[in-house]
Amino acid sequence: MNVKDIFETMDYGPAPESAADALAWIVDQGSRFGCFIDGEFTTPGAVFETRNPATGEVLAEITQASDTDVAAAVAAARAAQPGWEGLGGPGRARVLYALARLMQKHARLFAVLETLDNGKPIRESRDIDLPLVQRHFYYHAGQAQLMGDVLPGRRALGVCGQIVPWNFPLLMLSWKVAPALAMGNTVVLKPAEWTSLTALLFADICRQAGVPKGVVNIVTGDGAVGEMIVGAEVDKIAFTGSTAVGRQIREATAGTGKALTLELGGKSPYIIFDDADIDSAIEGLVDAIWFNQGQVCCAGSRLLIQEGIAEDVLGRLKHRMGTLRIGNPLDKVIDIGAMVDPVQVGRVTEMIEGTAGEVFQGGPVPEGGCFLPPTLVTGLEPADPLMQEEIFGPVLVSTTFRTPAEAVALANNTRYGLAASVWTENVNLALDVAPKLAAGVVWVNATNLFDAAAPFGGLRESGFGREGGPEGLMAYTRPVDPAPEKAAPGLGVEPGLGAEPGDPVGPIDRTAKLYVGGKQARPDGGYSRPVHGADGGLMGHVGLANRKDLRNAVEAAQAASGWAGASAHLRAQVLYFVAENLSARAAEFAGRLDAMTGGTGGAAEVDAAVDRLFTFAAWSDKYDGAARAVPIRGTALAMRRPVGLIGALCPDEAPLLGLVSVMAPAIAMGNRVVLVASERAPLAATDFYQVLDTSDVPGGVVNILTGRHEELAPEMARHLNMDAVWSFSSAAVSGDIERLSAGNLKRTWVNHGAGRDWGLADAGTFLEAATETQTIWVPWGE
Amino acid sequence: MTVQAPHATAQLPQVTEASHEPRNPGMALDLDWVRSAQANTSAIERRAASLSGRRSVKKEFQAAWALRAITCIDLTTLAGDDTPGRVRRLCAKARQPVRADLLSAMGMDPITVGAVCVYHDMIAPAVEALEGSGIPVAAVSTGFPAGLSPFRLRVEEITESVAAGAAEIDIVISRRHVLTGNWQALYDEMRIFREACGPAHVKAILATGELGTLRNVAKASLVCMMAGADFIKTSTGKEGVNATLPVSLVMLRAIRAYHARTGYRVGYKPAGGISKAKDALVYQSLMKEELGDRWLRNDLFRFGASSLLGDIERQLEHHVTGAYSAGWRHALA
Repeated sequence: MNVKDIFETMDYGPAPESAADALAWIVDQGSRFGCFIDGEFTTPGAVFETRNPATGEVLAEITQASDTDVAAAVAAARAAQPGWEGLGGPGRARVLYALARLMQKHARLFAVLETLDNGKPIRESRDIDLPLVQRHFYYHAGQAQLMGDVLPGRRALGVCGQIVPWNFPLLMLSWKVAPALAMGNTVVLKPAEWTSLTALLFADICRQAGVPKGVVNIVTGDGAVGEMIVGAEVDKIAFTGSTAVGRQIREATAGTGKALTLELGGKSPYIIFDDADIDSAIEGLVDAIWFNQGQVCCAGSRLLIQEGIAEDVLGRLKHRMGTLRIGNPLDKVIDIGAMVDPVQVGRVTEMIEGTAGEVFQGGPVPEGGCFLPPTLVTGLEPADPLMQEEIFGPVLVSTTFRTPAEAVALANNTRYGLAASVWTENVNLALDVAPKLAAGVVWVNATNLFDAAAPFGGLRESGFGREGGPEGLMAYTRPVDPAPEKAAPGLGVEPGLGAEPGDPVGPIDRTAKLYVGGKQARPDGGYSRPVHGADGGLMGHVGLANRKDLRNAVEAAQAASGWAGASAHLRAQVLYFVAENLSARAAEFAGRLDAMTGGTGGAAEVDAAVDRLFTFAAWSDKYDGAARAVPIRGTALAMRRPVGLIGALCPDEAPLLGLVSVMAPAIAMGNRVVLVASERAPLAATDFYQVLDTSDVPGGVVNILTGRHEELAPEMARHLNMDAVWSFSSAAVSGDIERLSAGNLKRTWVNHGAGRDWGLADAGTFLEAATETQTIWVPWGE
Repeated sequence: MTVQAPHATAQLPQVTEASHEPRNPGMALDLDWVRSAQANTSAIERRAASLSGRRSVKKEFQAAWALRAITCIDLTTLAGDDTPGRVRRLCAKARQPVRADLLSAMGMDPITVGAVCVYHDMIAPAVEALEGSGIPVAAVSTGFPAGLSPFRLRVEEITESVAAGAAEIDIVISRRHVLTGNWQALYDEMRIFREACGPAHVKAILATGELGTLRNVAKASLVCMMAGADFIKTSTGKEGVNATLPVSLVMLRAIRAYHARTGYRVGYKPAGGISKAKDALVYQSLMKEELGDRWLRNDLFRFGASSLLGDIERQLEHHVTGAYSAGWRHALA
């Protein structure tokens, strides 16, 4: 077309970004890549092809790492780790700063290479991914510099195995590598097999930045290589990817003591209330579900519209879909590029074709290449599979709601809990709804905002752990001086009916029961076991709780969900009252403890328990969130929300203090608990429920079971309506708990058979475990 | 000198277009609609900020778009020292905004700007200088720029300007009606201005820099369209803040909503501060994205600008020759 013609048509025309420099870099590397191990690229071994999904052209050949490669990478990382950590925060800060600068200097090369390999529009890799990557390295250079101040008493975990997905290859690399390196860890990272090139360019950059050999190792290949890393001698696995694979990794690492963070899938709600700026909300949808072809874990993929405006919103949305441009991702005037691989195109197409809903698609879509049009499916109910399953493509599903409460109910009607958007011009409504959403990140009148200072991560089956902010650093550090790892004491008395009977202690038979929903309950199975004192005397009987008792306790605890909404001040008052009432019966509790344990420390333990209650009563209105300095006009609130329902196996070492130490932080932060008493000395717990009864603890907030840890632990781990399981048990249940928790990916905190010094409150660790960070982005401006 | 075929100056671009776009007759004031108008500033700013990264035109497309932009310029002089001579010079530039050799190199027929925009007393020399060109004269009116002279005089100013030959009247609204939420008063005022214009098209200048919020911009846009504005225009060029992309986005969305509800297309004129060819391209892509290609023609789109043309001329010469240009190589406006 000539100027005169275009003057009439006013078309955009092509605006291609040149791929020349990126292709030249590939050729300079020989178009065949080995792994990057100990500061060097290895000779390419068995290779596979990596292709440009927009054209199908082969870009390069990538090595499928062998187990020898993985072992060498882990060994290199292990060898380099003490030196890297020993370099100190400021020393590491300089290296990270150099990395940030180099990423900035080579930003266009990285962006073009990413688009070639992944198929995402060049605008996104250039204007979104790369700036966020640089920001992540700058931010974490700062965190390295300040580590001593920001995280006193913590040090590196060691060697971190990191597995990143293909949707944001370089950005997810930066989210993993920057915090790990900042805290003094070394890494073995595997990019996704479809998108390895920018990780390999990053490896090249590491050499220029002066990253010491072995600190960053990149091994390439498919899921088999990932499995090798998971099975290797690493101290932590950080994974971003599908929920299915995350579950496998949870099971594979169970019982190994490896730290684990998982950033998994989502089906994030996008809620439009009838007073929203509808045009802006629709523009937000473009960035929510058609960003990166919808291949975004936190994509706003479930559109919930207030019924009265639904027709208007859908009409405007369809019009907007018609103006989206699909095609060559290197063209600067393209909104939707190529899906990453034909496999994904096929999978998503199949999902759309199977729906009962009404399908509307934008277009046109170019011939050849992995292109899919923007798609809207309406007329679906929550029960439809497309409303439940993650599609991971440019497909938006939609339904309506009537009231704010119904919007919240629909939004939370999902196994996932990654992100959510809320659109309303009413600040009361926005700030009421946001914290009620089961999502790790909530955007008010916005979508897909990210920053290194704002924690990102999910609830429920969207995984656990946070990336970004100080919260993200917790996942790459451990205490400098961990509590002395003494083995937990074995059971003093073999539990069960076969125990040697002794003389009864006390004049009247004592029948301790279970404590469920604020009431005493007989065990469902009808079995009890005797509890003997240290001298062998029979002190009484406790019920043996079974899975049905656990079920009842969970139901009672779920019914007490109002506790999470109680004010922190009120929760503190209740805890102080518990302390007051325990103190009033101190002598009695001390005597029982001494009788059960045969020691003389009962009085001190009761005193410590009272003090522990005071400590967490005090924390309850002080362990709060923070407003993060994100680069918008507005703020990101890193809120502390309760985990929900926590099941905990209490320790034998300190039958009363241990139970109180577990209960107090949990309920202080608004959780409800199902506590399984010390197996050896359960009477401290059953006496304690009398204290709870007199202390205004609402029924169901604290539930106490007695019974065999080995029997109850797996049931707790498998219970899908329990959000977390903690184990301080003497029994060997840690591995089982971690493995079986994979069902709903509940949070676990287990002792792997190690004991604990219950004389220390260790408040930071307990409060962290008792809360989830929810990041609420609140832009403002009129 | 070649003289173009004479046109009656009443032949506005609006009616010479093939589509014969019907004028917006206005509608009854719908206060429910006005009060429900929303504008989320942060979201609007994000959209506006990312637009230039989402859309761009290169090479011959850029040249064609720039030429189209020239046809949308209201070439303007609104200064206290304007004289008939100064206005004649401006009108000569309006007739031939681009050097003939450059147009010829691009295979283009002659083009003109959209209109020449002046104060009332300069209408006569402008009309005379533009005789036969088909280029309409636009006059700023109603006590421009503040709009605080006696109402009767503001209406009479329109009548006199139309009588003097102005085919387009750029009126200023009473900002105080917006700032006090007196939508009825704004509507009534605009209705009377529109009636006074008669056959002349009326552009309603909102003076968005003085309206305080984007929400007010959205509401004022709707009220002026309901009262029959042919165009809504951002600014007089005299406010502290003139045309911006966020303000434009709000006004364009109001135009889109009005069209969706009434079927009438209202034009848009950003004014003040648009001085670079690159800026003009961004505004054009904003129009194309939000309203569609129909709104890229000068019957529905004008730039209120004085120095924009010079920059576009330099860019065009660069397109033709491959060498960066200089201002003195192009005729003064």
